Amino acid sequence: MKALFRYFSSIFSAFKSLWTGMRLTFYYLSHPKTILTQQYPENRKTLYIPEAFKGEVVLIHDENNEHGCTACRMCEMTCPNGTIKITSITEETEDGKKKKILDEWIYNLGMCTFCAQCIEACPQNAIKMQNTFEHSVYDRKELIKKLNHPGSKLKSTKKI
Amino acid sequence: MILMIGFKDITLWIHQMLSGYLNPGWVVASEALLVGLAMILLVVIMAVAMIYMERKVAGFMQLRLGPMRVGLWGSMQAFADVLKLLLKECLTPNGADKLLFSLAPFVVLTVSFLALAPFSFAPGLQLWDLNIGVLYISAVSSIGVIGILMAGWSSNNKYSLLGGMRSGAQIVSYELSAGLSIIAIVIMCGSLSIHDIILSQSDGWWIFKGHLPAMFAFVVFVIASTAELNRAPFDLAEAEQELTAGFHTEYSGMQFAMFFLAEYTNMFIVSMVGTTVFLGGWMPFHIVGFEAFNHLMDYVPSFIWFFGKTFFILFLIMWFRWTFPRMRIDQLLKLEWKYLLPLSIINIVIAAFITIMGWHF
Ligand code: SF4
Ligand code: SF4
Repeated sequence: MKALFRYFSSIFSAFKSLWTGMRLTFYYLSHPKTILTQQYPENRKTLYIPEAFKGEVVLIHDENNEHGCTACRMCEMTCPNGTIKITSITEETEDGKKKKILDEWIYNLGMCTFCAQCIEACPQNAIKMQNTFEHSVYDRKELIKKLNHPGSKLKSTKKI
Repeated sequence: MILMIGFKDITLWIHQMLSGYLNPGWVVASEALLVGLAMILLVVIMAVAMIYMERKVAGFMQLRLGPMRVGLWGSMQAFADVLKLLLKECLTPNGADKLLFSLAPFVVLTVSFLALAPFSFAPGLQLWDLNIGVLYISAVSSIGVIGILMAGWSSNNKYSLLGGMRSGAQIVSYELSAGLSIIAIVIMCGSLSIHDIILSQSDGWWIFKGHLPAMFAFVVFVIASTAELNRAPFDLAEAEQELTAGFHTEYSGMQFAMFFLAEYTNMFIVSMVGTTVFLGGWMPFHIVGFEAFNHLMDYVPSFIWFFGKTFFILFLIMWFRWTFPRMRIDQLLKLEWKYLLPLSIINIVIAAFITIMGWHF
């Protein structure tokens, strides 16, 4: 008797869960507003790209043209593809200490897989992913970018 | 009025016209040719419509748009695809059994076309009023599995063979409950002829007239025929993710297109069987007691009723495909042998009891 009850209740629960799924897909079918597809080249003006879309790596600069990169090279070591090359110069501060300063933050877009591991690795949160796209160029060399803006320098905030 | 001209008159007119020019033997031959052409045309038109519908339904259900680029709203996409397949080479693998390999698509497609013969699309529009029409359809459509097994075996590819074997196991087991669900209606109506089954529903479709057993039989029929079609959630024979494409992995070009066409033809046939047996064929929808409503329904041409219902069942099958995940082979067999088959046997007993007591209308 119990087995029979279980047999029929399994049938009913199966139909219930199938119906739940079918209701959802029918809702999608009958509500074309839910469609996510973007008709890209036509709707270029009104295109919506989500903020979290991983388009390219950028070095964050504030309004004083200052960035947070201390040239620690953590990102370079983390990157699985060797996309990042960081060169630094050593400067001597007034009190005689030697200090590394970022010279060039080289990013090869053509080799990046947009895994965002570099962003995770950065201890200063100096880099982020931007949602830009349409990166195609005619020459591969143009994909190698220098991310620190000319004349930019390290943020002067002291760590407490 | 144009509605007054039935299909019977048209066929009669063609027959008389041909008889005026030719001797009787040639009349039969040319009529057979015409009918064959008409069938091919019907199948091709329906296949194009179904492919477009399927892709749009699939797109909308998955929050996509479906084809949009070729023609208005992508309506020319199917033609573009066919053109592409026509231009492609039909490749035969080196280790394949050449004869069986090239024969298999023809077997599958021929079987699908054979099963089209006894259908009645509108009053007077029937190729062959066979007195065992339903039996003929279910017998012929199950031969298709031989073509699938041939394709799977002759490809000399382990994925194809697996797909073919799975398809064999599936069709052999689901045939039973598909047949039994139709038998429940055949018991109530007392005839195997498609024409008689449709005529017996002039006062109400069997799904309403037959009470619970008919509804249950309809559900079983839809499940079992989806399985026979090798469509998701029962698409183990193709199972893109595990078997690449199952039995037609090695096929390309028009040979592949023939499998594709056969799949859609089978889908069309299954929906037509469902329409004929459960939903009253080309009979309009009537509610007892609402005379004005019934008269209004009578004005809709019968072939529109027929194809409307067919497309309703087609939509159901598509809806299943794009909602449900695929079953495992053990779940598939469990569903058939532990649930559908015993329940349909009980259902037949109940249906027979109802018929004997005369409880159906
Ligand atoms: S996103 Fe990944 S691949 Fe690209 S630069 Fe960062 S770590 Fe390298
Ligand atoms: S971006 Fe971040 S991780 Fe990379 S060198 Fe600069 S501070 Fe270090």
